[in-house]
Amino acid sequence: MNLTSYPCPLPGGASADEYALGFDRSAAQRLLIIPALFDEAHRMRRLCVDVMRRLEGGGIDSFLPDLPGTNESAADLSELALSDWAAAISSAARHFKATHILAIRGGGLLVPSGLPGWRYGPVKGASLLRTLIRARVLSSREAGREENGEGLLIEAQEHGIELAGYRLGAAMVQQVQAAQPAGSLPEIEQELLSGSPLWLRAEPDADAAQADALAAYLTMAMRG
Amino acid sequence: MRSHTDKQLRRILTDVLGLKPGQADDFDTDTGLFGHLPELDSMAVAGLLTEMEDRLDIVIEDDEVDGELLESFGNLLAFAEAKRKAA
Repeated sequence: MNLTSYPCPLPGGASADEYALGFDRSAAQRLLIIPALFDEAHRMRRLCVDVMRRLEGGGIDSFLPDLPGTNESAADLSELALSDWAAAISSAARHFKATHILAIRGGGLLVPSGLPGWRYGPVKGASLLRTLIRARVLSSREAGREENGEGLLIEAQEHGIELAGYRLGAAMVQQVQAAQPAGSLPEIEQELLSGSPLWLRAEPDADAAQADALAAYLTMAMRG
Repeated sequence: MRSHTDKQLRRILTDVLGLKPGQADDFDTDTGLFGHLPELDSMAVAGLLTEMEDRLDIVIEDDEVDGELLESFGNLLAFAEAKRKAA
C-alpha cells in the first residue's frame, strides 16, 4: 500500500494535490473507491482498506482518494460544494486510470459517468443531512441549548452550518440536500456481505468476513 | 409472540451496537439504553432514529426525542409501536 496523490481541481480555477491510498501494480483492473461522506467515512474506512488489501492479493489495483477539505487535505471545506467533490472524483478516476467504481454510501452522490461499477449502501443526500442535523440537535440539548432541526436546515441552506465537526458552506448543504444516488450502477446488497452494515455502528468496527465477501464479489465481477 | 416492530427494533439495535446475532433477544422492557450504553452518543442515537424511520416507515420529530424515550428498550418499543399505529 502506498500514499499517493492526484491532481484535484478547486473552485476558482485553482488546483491542489490531494492524498489517496493506492495499491498500484499497473494491473489491468483498477478500482476507484468513492468513500462514504462525513462521519460515515471514518466508520467505513477500515472496510475499504481491508477490501483493498484483499483485491491486491487477487491482482486488482485499487485507490481510495481523500476528498478535498477532508482527512489530510489543506483545502477549506466550507468553500467547497458537492459538485467540487464530484469533480475531484472525476479527476482521480482519470489520474488513476480507473476501470471500475465502487461507491460507498454517500459516495454514490459523486459517481462519474462512463465507468462501470457498483453502489454499496446508497443513500439520499437529504437522509445523510437529516441524521447529521439530528445529532447536532441532540448534542446541543445535552449541553442545555435547544435547537430546532427544521430551522437549522433552513438556516444552513442560507448560511452554512457546522455538523459533526464539518464546516459546510451553504452551497454544500443545498447540493447534498437535493442529491440522489446515481441510479445507473447496480447495488451490492448487504445480504451478500452478511453481517450488519458497518456505517451504522456506534463504535467504528472491522469485519473480516464482510471484507472477504465484498472483495470476492468484486474480484469475480471485475475479472468477468 | 413478538410483533414485527419489536423484531425490527431488536434488529436495528443489533446493527447499531454491533451485537452478535441473537444477543438482542435477551433485551426486556427494563434493558437500559442511552445512559447505560456509553457507545450510544448523539451521532449513534441520530443514526438509530433515522434507521427506525426508514425501516419502520415512521417520522420522528425532534421534540419527541428525550432522555425518557431512550432510557430503556421498553420505552423505545412502546414509542415505535404507537407511531406505527398512528402511521
